[in-house]
Amino acid sequence: MSITNKFNMNLLSRSSNEGFARSVVAAFAAQLDPTIEEISDIKTAVSEAVTNCIVHAYKDGIGKIYITCEIIDGNKIRIKIRDNGCGIENVEKAMEPLFTTVGGERAGLGFAVMQSFTDGITVKSKVGKGTTVTMVKRIIPKFTVNA
Amino acid sequence: MPVRINVTGEVVTAYLSGEIDHHSAREMRECIDSAVELNMPTLLVLDFSEVSFMDSSGIGLVMGRYRNLQKSGADLHITGAPPNIHKVMKLAGLEKLAKL
Repeated sequence: MSITNKFNMNLLSRSSNEGFARSVVAAFAAQLDPTIEEISDIKTAVSEAVTNCIVHAYKDGIGKIYITCEIIDGNKIRIKIRDNGCGIENVEKAMEPLFTTVGGERAGLGFAVMQSFTDGITVKSKVGKGTTVTMVKRIIPKFTVNA
Repeated sequence: MPVRINVTGEVVTAYLSGEIDHHSAREMRECIDSAVELNMPTLLVLDFSEVSFMDSSGIGLVMGRYRNLQKSGADLHITGAPPNIHKVMKLAGLEKLAKL
């Protein structure tokens, strides 16, 4: 596996940063010449992961969200979103569609969307320490026809 | 304003616009609920034609309105969802709740 480009950023877990976070990752992914659908998938998956940090990990306050993006193997983007929040007691259960621990109008579909809109996701979590979500999205190469 | 409301007879249409995420959904929800409470429609139409982005917060928005409408027996229709929005709705199985 080769890493040809990378960026790191961190931001506060304020809901006003959700749009900023997904836009930055989408802009970084643009160097792989993704389709509109691929960019939309990336934005949606990042939005879900960042929202989870805000709504679940730091539900009692404001903390830092760390985002790392890498271009790997020439045509994939790997997105790592980490928090130092409350952690997830049962990751397997949390990833079940419609499962949510908060009330209101959360659909409980965050992980289902992340899974569906990327090509791979791993979730590592420790109660009281935080959670790291790593997603990989492959960008299908476009072919050009030479005249 | 991310929501524009139009009332025609017993139909309330909410034209949503911009990006729907956890941050923006609350204002949209309040605006739609106010219009429904005031007009007591038999049909609520949510028009997504001008929505450029939506994550699962938008699903929560639709499901919440559906639950509220059930109390009065009103119907819910969803129109104009662009392909990227439709993809999220389909994943959530919204077609089982509302006419897409």
